[in-house]
Amino acid sequence: MSIKEQINQEQPVEWSPAKITLRKRAAKDFRINWQLYVMFLFPVIYYIIFRYIPMFGNILAFRKYYAGGNIFGEGPLTLKYFKQFITAKPFWDAFKNTLILNGLYLLFRFPLTLIFALLLNEIRNLNWKKFVQTVSYLPHFISMVIVCGMIKELLSTSGPINDVIAQLGGEKINFIALAEWFRTIFVASGVWQSLGWGTILYLAAMSGINPSLYEAATVDGANHFQQVLHVTIPCILPTIATLLILDIGGLVGSGGAFEKVYLLYSPLTYETSDIVSTYVFRMGIESGSINFATAVGLFEGLINLVLLTCANFVSRKVANTSLW
Amino acid sequence: MSDITNAAPEAKKEIHIHNPKNKIKESVGYKIFTVCNTILMAIISIVTLFPFLYLILQSFTADQAIIAGDLSIQAFLDGKLNFDDFSIKTYIYVITRNDFEFLKYYGNTILYTFIGTVLSLFFSSILAYPLSKPKLRVNKILSPFIIFTMYFGGGLMANYVLMLKLGLKNSMWGFILPMLISTYYVILMRSFFMSIPKDLEEAGEIDGLNKWGVFWHIARPLSTPIIATMTLFYAVMYWNNWFNAKLYLQDKTKWPVAYFLQTIIRGAGASEPDAQNMSANIKSCAMVLTVLPVICIYPFIQKYYVQGMMLGGVKE
Repeated sequence: MSIKEQINQEQPVEWSPAKITLRKRAAKDFRINWQLYVMFLFPVIYYIIFRYIPMFGNILAFRKYYAGGNIFGEGPLTLKYFKQFITAKPFWDAFKNTLILNGLYLLFRFPLTLIFALLLNEIRNLNWKKFVQTVSYLPHFISMVIVCGMIKELLSTSGPINDVIAQLGGEKINFIALAEWFRTIFVASGVWQSLGWGTILYLAAMSGINPSLYEAATVDGANHFQQVLHVTIPCILPTIATLLILDIGGLVGSGGAFEKVYLLYSPLTYETSDIVSTYVFRMGIESGSINFATAVGLFEGLINLVLLTCANFVSRKVANTSLW
Repeated sequence: MSDITNAAPEAKKEIHIHNPKNKIKESVGYKIFTVCNTILMAIISIVTLFPFLYLILQSFTADQAIIAGDLSIQAFLDGKLNFDDFSIKTYIYVITRNDFEFLKYYGNTILYTFIGTVLSLFFSSILAYPLSKPKLRVNKILSPFIIFTMYFGGGLMANYVLMLKLGLKNSMWGFILPMLISTYYVILMRSFFMSIPKDLEEAGEIDGLNKWGVFWHIARPLSTPIIATMTLFYAVMYWNNWFNAKLYLQDKTKWPVAYFLQTIIRGAGASEPDAQNMSANIKSCAMVLTVLPVICIYPFIQKYYVQGMMLGGVKE
């Protein structure tokens, strides 16, 4: 109603024809779609409060925060906090660990997932295929708390893995307390957890491949292996590229790594296990250095954004697919 | 059950598709490959399931057997582990014990999961639906506005400070609100809504439905696959979350079970002395009870979430 009145009031005013049509079109659009606008009103408010305000809240990296005070900080802008962490050795150790852990994880998980998907795709017995898929999806749905609980039970000195070692005549190893084992545990459990779920998009892409391509390859005398190499892989290349961008974009990010590292690490293993996000958590939440931790978090977020943008750019040039 | 009946026509199709291939004699190499592949898949399945089986085994093992180290390969080989060592005592103990209120935590988790999932589904779909309309002009601004939050965000501290300011500490909403709408899931939903035939919606409008009516009476009933998927994803997200509880729920009576598990599992460090005294079978039992609902539900929705992920993957 109020919109109609508005239009009536505004019509007598002299407008250039272009402007009138624009206004009229907007009004018409609103008249038709107002219910859609009302629909996303609440979600947009949610995004403003819970996503965009914290995004601007990153200003705390430059302004002093007093407990209970302004969430955008008080006083003048300063680079003090940046200087503090740039010169802090624990930060660079954490940064290095983040890169190493994420890099190793990507290095193992990415090819293994692809191979697993290709092998799954070769299974002819559909019930067997479905069974293997269902089982392999299971770890994806399990809380990281349980996953880490299981890791600790399996790797404890009285757990089955140490039993096998003892059976083979070896010395029992307290895996969780040893810094040199952390990377292995992190990567192996990560692969265990994500192997099956990671195949979903590959399998979807494979099911979309035109069967006549395989027939043509068969006529040309290609065996199964050659068919995989020359038909399947080229057809799913865009999917591979997209997933790789996302993974590279997350190299510096904490993603799922925070929960696992936080649940598995201890001061004994900090030298290989402490990552940026756990460092932020310790400094910010546990020690209360809010500004310092915000600065570290912002640094991580920005590097992440830059990495993702670069990976996206490369992918658009090379594989002709991109996220945006 | 519905899976089996649905698999049958698919199987026929598959055979038909592969028919030309099958006519050509399969090489010996390919047969060997098939055998190896089957074995490898069996190994992967076993390795995936082993930790769960071990956990279940441990949860049913009586205290004495665990203390004696009988739940080990050696004990199996020596035949030391016998049926007497298995009991449901641990389960009864965990459920009835007074000094940690497992049932209370479990109840909290069910409550948070239920409320959170219902609200998340509602608010995600009323955002995803308008976003799926390419004709809606405002989407040119709204889409990037929403999607950008996937790539850059406030980070832990800014969120934490905001939540304190909003007074959401020690409240159920402190647990639920930070994850109320997941951008990634909104995009999956949008992709699904986009795939709904326009004719149906137009027919609804001709029959006198307004935009909301089209959404509620036409789009929503057609979206069972994505709604089932999102119900599972959101429910699992709330069920498994412990970190929001760690940040915002100091009051023990409000803890969800995942956070309680965190305190007993991570306790190996210094802060929680209780954990060291808690025997392995009690921990295992609590973990089994916590994963059980998830394990029981996810296979039945598999058909839907595979489809849902596919649509999202193709579009985005």
